[in-house]
Amino acid sequence: MSLFSIFNVAGSGMAAQSTRLNTVASNLANADSVASTPEAAYRSREPLFAAVQKQFGSQAVDNGQGVQVLGVTESQAAIPSRYEPGNPMANADGYVFSSNVNPVDELVNMISASRSYQNNVEVMNSTRQLMQKTLDLGK
Amino acid sequence: MSLIPDNLFGIHTRALDLWQNRTEVLANNLANADTPGFQARDIDFRKVLAAASDSAGGAGSLALQAPTPGQIGAGSSTAAGTPLSWRTPTQPSMDGNTVDEQVEQAAFAANGVHYQASLSFITAQIRMLRTAIEGQG
Repeated sequence: MSLFSIFNVAGSGMAAQSTRLNTVASNLANADSVASTPEAAYRSREPLFAAVQKQFGSQAVDNGQGVQVLGVTESQAAIPSRYEPGNPMANADGYVFSSNVNPVDELVNMISASRSYQNNVEVMNSTRQLMQKTLDLGK
Repeated sequence: MSLIPDNLFGIHTRALDLWQNRTEVLANNLANADTPGFQARDIDFRKVLAAASDSAGGAGSLALQAPTPGQIGAGSSTAAGTPLSWRTPTQPSMDGNTVDEQVEQAAFAANGVHYQASLSFITAQIRMLRTAIEGQG
């Protein structure tokens, strides 16, 4: 183990948070998308984070290897329908199905993701400084 | 008998090892700040120091003994065997995550300072030796 592995840890955090920012962007962009059927409607997406744990033989002590994105889940919230007979996407009964994206949730997610991203950048910067100081040892 | 002790930098190399290890743990906490159910961990310096003192058997030296000539010393054995403890959260969260970003950031910053302190101790030791070798203040 060395300070180098912190770059991997912080890097995994940054990658995970940027995935989260990506899904937020996708959700917000599709917040007003409509479809003719509830199945085709856009569902709000969210990444699923999990800690990476690695076991070195029988050694139980592990500092952790960062975070990983297990996958992207789709929200199971109800798809709202609107009566819009004039809409070209309307079905036979005149209904369109919009996305179940909640913009407030997405904005909260965006702020949280960007703060966490900044935290990881800060970790990387501090680590870089410490390594630099170590290299200058004895000068 | 040599005037220069076997373990030139004393406890500071071990301490450096520990701080580095702790940096890694804290970085992992921060990386998992949004992972549901993740429980933050930390290294208790006092505990590790006590363990290091115990293992030395009161011989005054904290380094692992290498009785066979040519045997490589412990190296990063501190790092490998460092016990981790769970962080007690100050506020409960809905997803079971116990990472408090402010606490972790503060610990990370303090840890960096400790690391630099250990580094400067070692630097001072090197400077002292250099002075002794060169023989001029």
